[in-house]
Amino acid sequence: MSQSVTDSIRALLTEHARLGTDVANLSDTDDLYGAGMTSHASVTVMLACEDEWDIEFPQQMLKKSTFASVGNIRDALAELGVDDATVASA
Amino acid sequence: MDAPEMTLSEAIDLAHRIGKETAAIHAVDVDLQARFPKETVDAFRAEGLLGALVPTELGGLGHDLRTAAAVVRVVGRYCASSAMILAMHHIQVACLVRHGRSDALRAYARRVAEEQLLLASATTEIGIGGNTRNSTCFVERDGDGFTLNKQAPVISYGQYADAIFTTARRDEDSPPSDQVLAVCEAAAVSLTPLSGWDTFGFRGTCSLGFTLEATGDAALILDDPFGDISAQTMLPTAHLLWSSLWLGLAEEASWRAQRFVQKAARKTPGTVPPGAARLAALMVTRQEFAAAVDSLMTRYLQIMDDPDETSAVDFMIAINTLKISASTEVVEVVNQALLICGIQGYREDSEYSLGRILRDAHGAAVMVNNDRIAGNTAQLALMQREF
Repeated sequence: MSQSVTDSIRALLTEHARLGTDVANLSDTDDLYGAGMTSHASVTVMLACEDEWDIEFPQQMLKKSTFASVGNIRDALAELGVDDATVASA
Repeated sequence: MDAPEMTLSEAIDLAHRIGKETAAIHAVDVDLQARFPKETVDAFRAEGLLGALVPTELGGLGHDLRTAAAVVRVVGRYCASSAMILAMHHIQVACLVRHGRSDALRAYARRVAEEQLLLASATTEIGIGGNTRNSTCFVERDGDGFTLNKQAPVISYGQYADAIFTTARRDEDSPPSDQVLAVCEAAAVSLTPLSGWDTFGFRGTCSLGFTLEATGDAALILDDPFGDISAQTMLPTAHLLWSSLWLGLAEEASWRAQRFVQKAARKTPGTVPPGAARLAALMVTRQEFAAAVDSLMTRYLQIMDDPDETSAVDFMIAINTLKISASTEVVEVVNQALLICGIQGYREDSEYSLGRILRDAHGAAVMVNNDRIAGNTAQLALMQREF
């Protein structure tokens, strides 16, 4: 049974977002920038997502709001065809 | 305001008048003594220029950024320190006007225009390594008021300002990047100098370090998070105004070189003076420089009210790159002008003297260090998409 996309996002954030708090303390809608993620760190998170799922975020998704919360990242990934169903069948 | 709005060319004429009649008169002394150019700032006030970027409905001149930048560019030809003070003031006004939507902040913008208040800023902090997007200090709210203490390595003209726009964490529990921009009015600010200001150039900006202790009205904390203010307004406005100022320095040096060559040509009609070839090379750099500033100004004016556009990777790379190219080219142009003017440019007592301009020009790369900006740009390049 593979990890859900949300769990993977949370694992990437733990490694790369340099938050002031444990990711487990944040809900899917909590603001990651408010939790201390810098724009620098958000670039690292983006690159880590691209590597994890072998995708490339298109230009119009490369804005601050795309990486503002766990939920926003999950929605963006879903738009690129990454969701629990595709990950499970991969 | 009943007076008709000023056109761009009228604003440029006004800048030349202030430059010739006031800024140029005091520039040598301002530089020598590293003193605040009070006479020139008073001249700005007399013409309402401290309210240039305040909309007319709030009592200001309602200039757009292009007009304000044109004034800074011209004044910079006469006294770079005076022009830099005007530029830094404009940057704060631009933030206030776009990110201060509450009644209290709009009333404050009106006061800036009516009372010709001079605004300074404290955006860096000792111990955070020059990154303005992090703060250690924080706003402590107490009912309708706030208290704020900050160790600022630089507050340009802090002792002469009517208010200091200060970044700090939103509250005691906020992470370093969750910042606000608070208006700290001079009457409730105490500044204890931490360092002097005896520098190579821009000596009149009096950019000492201070311990800032302020109390203030919580209604005068800007509405938007500082991260948004920085990306949408402070950073692009700063790079555009500074680049315009440096362009003014380059143009002054370039004109001195051109006058020098013209004078030589008059003395030896029929012979092309030896500096003429260098003059042609200088024109290339100068034209590219001016075109880059103009192009980014046009681009910013088109997108300034669209946060998605101003925070887009392409624009951030472009505005960072403008800062690096403009601050490099200003030194190149002044160096080329110096080779053309030769010993007359090297002298401190000739009409072609380039010493002060060269010293001021070197400030461009170190104020917000180019290496830091290059690092940010490289990071942004990791996420830029082909277009």
